[in-house]
Amino acid sequence: MAKMNNNNGKNNGKQTFTISAFSENHIGLLNRITIIFTRRQVNIESLTVSGSAIPGIHKFTIVVNDTLEKVEKVVNQIEKLVEVLRAFYHTEDEIVQQEIALYKVPTTALMESNKVEETIRKHHARILEVTPEFTVIEMTGHKEETQELFDELNEYGLLQFTRSGRIAITKSNREIFANYMQEAGKNSVKYA
Amino acid sequence: MKDTEEQIATTVETPKTIRISGAEAVMLSLIQEGVDTIFGYPGGAIMPIYDALMNYPDKLHHILTRHEQGAVHAAQGYARVTGKTGVCMATSGPGATNLITGITDAMIDSTPLVCITGQVGSPLLGTDAFQETDVIGISMPVTKWNYLITRQEEIPEIMAQAFFIAGSGRPGPVVIDIAKNAQFGELNFKYKRCHSLRSYIPKPKIEMGDIYAAADLINKAKKPYILAGQGIILGGAEEEFREFVEKSGIPAAWTILGACALPKDHPLNVGMLGMHGNYSTNIKTNECDLLIGVGMRFDDRVTGDLSRYARQAKIIHLEIDKAELNKVIRADVPVHGDVKDSLPLLTNLIEKRSHEDWLQEFKEADKVEYEKVIQKDLHPVKPGMTMGEVIHIINEKTDGDAIFVTDVGQNQMFASRYCKFKNKRSFVTSGGLGTMGFGLPAAHGAKIGAPDKQVILFVGDGGLQMTIQELGTINQTQAAVKIVLLNNKYLGMVRQWQQMFFDRRYSETFLLNPDFIKVAEGFGLQGKKVVERPQLDAAIQEMLDHQGPYLLEVSIEKEDNVFPMVPTGASVSEVILEQKK
Repeated sequence: MAKMNNNNGKNNGKQTFTISAFSENHIGLLNRITIIFTRRQVNIESLTVSGSAIPGIHKFTIVVNDTLEKVEKVVNQIEKLVEVLRAFYHTEDEIVQQEIALYKVPTTALMESNKVEETIRKHHARILEVTPEFTVIEMTGHKEETQELFDELNEYGLLQFTRSGRIAITKSNREIFANYMQEAGKNSVKYA
Repeated sequence: MKDTEEQIATTVETPKTIRISGAEAVMLSLIQEGVDTIFGYPGGAIMPIYDALMNYPDKLHHILTRHEQGAVHAAQGYARVTGKTGVCMATSGPGATNLITGITDAMIDSTPLVCITGQVGSPLLGTDAFQETDVIGISMPVTKWNYLITRQEEIPEIMAQAFFIAGSGRPGPVVIDIAKNAQFGELNFKYKRCHSLRSYIPKPKIEMGDIYAAADLINKAKKPYILAGQGIILGGAEEEFREFVEKSGIPAAWTILGACALPKDHPLNVGMLGMHGNYSTNIKTNECDLLIGVGMRFDDRVTGDLSRYARQAKIIHLEIDKAELNKVIRADVPVHGDVKDSLPLLTNLIEKRSHEDWLQEFKEADKVEYEKVIQKDLHPVKPGMTMGEVIHIINEKTDGDAIFVTDVGQNQMFASRYCKFKNKRSFVTSGGLGTMGFGLPAAHGAKIGAPDKQVILFVGDGGLQMTIQELGTINQTQAAVKIVLLNNKYLGMVRQWQQMFFDRRYSETFLLNPDFIKVAEGFGLQGKKVVERPQLDAAIQEMLDHQGPYLLEVSIEKEDNVFPMVPTGASVSEVILEQKK
């Protein structure tokens, strides 16, 4: 685990951390990772799994709200898993993050007044599909931003809503993990 | 098949590809990994593998236990004394679930195991088929790694990875679940042992900066103190550890699994740590100025109340498992790596010292313990026999040249306190999980692994009855396990807690026991019961001299307690030395 922040002091308060883990793409690994959270009673706020920039390697992005001490230990346990290559944790100021949300409203709500249209413009959301019955709207942003749109659209009879987990990119120049892959082999003594 | 077997098993890697069944491939993989002993129990979903087993009677010795729990504990006992990876096999469903206790025990005690379980055919997976259980799901939290093989082509590669993962780094149990269709199906078999995986670094490179920092702390310390753990034994670093201890002159205590890291009679071996460890070793923890943990994990049974544990001391922690560093105790200098590598680097940089005055402080505390506890345990004057005196006589007669195995509870604590550990890997006990019923099958596995050693089991009347069916296995193999049943007619350790902390309310700890000698005889084992002290010495001699397996039952004083004791939640400075009147 690489210590990504300069906050060496003990932080007893909870804060939001984004954990990223790079792993082999094997069946059951998600389960192995979530068991670590269950065992330490850490609630997962959001979880996203997808292929990383490196072929064959998957990236887990997990958002939790807990103490630094607990997050450090959880990340160590994740990295200990045989099929996990590296795991990191980041505070909010170390990453750029984004979520996506989809909203379904009755098309009549757009017909009756221009308030829905104004709301969409204000939030820089966009319309994906229109049918006589419903309209699907998409918005990307931080959770608070997509939530704001939710609250506003809800007044017009929101039919469906869904929000993705967080994806994040670090503010450091390169993917730290890519450096690791280059270094791999130099750090380990071949087991004989 | 005989031809192919010889053709393959004589070389490290298979010279050419051959076409065989998945079940045969499992057997050949085991042979390639140097396995010659398997503990197991057959059943429907693993029948093709058991059928293939019959083709290798000279190479693979299978021991049929009476319960799958017996198989996994025996594999643990075997692994602990040999240093090799233990292998056990079971069928799907109940066969596999019966392994779970032993797998969990192996996980927390870092014992290398490869457990092969049969699974229903892959078309039936997830359909609630007969004897189908999600073994991968169940075993996930308690294995270092596990894998479900659904295609026979995966067998050689996965078996190679299983042995590599189980035995390297911080060892642990691996479960390989093999669907029945993959056992039947044919594949082109070629075996290559696994030596690396890109996601797994078993032997981390030592950071020299950490070594310099650690050496600096050691050279400056006035009252340094070493805590030795099983990491020394697992790393085969007993010699490196002895050199480190002798050059530094630092007193060394050990965790229960670190017994045998240093011979018990070594002048710098100051005794056992923990709840029922020695008096000096516990109280000096809060008086040292430097604590050096070597291949150990600061278990709560060792530390007591963390907020009052070694707060005055700087801490160096040498450990191969990165997740253990700063997990319980924040180390001033964590040294991540195999102690086999880090200890010699450290020994090189430290000054040759002796700490006579400091060592003398341990000896003063030892005198207190001897007077209050040890003398009464080993040389009792009251009529009832003690567990301590039984162990004492066995020490005298064997001079510690034996493998000691224990079950869990009072028998375990007395054995770990008083057995005269002389040889490497001569103590087998369930440390982290505290698994009652571990003793008998583990002792059997130990004897199979070390047939030339005297293997002596200390077990209570409660624990023996948890896996007593393994007497049948022992009768079948005739492995000369010497079973010392310390019978106090109680679940002694629980009763002790009830006496001390629950106002003597003995809730469900009295046992109405069978006639153990008759039970042993029924299983074909010889035995003898001793009820009075004058017969004890001769009976022990008879047991030790007996050629085959033997049960010696000793009637122990009913309400004897293990002291010293650091009660749960107390500080290591708050040691109870005797029962309040």
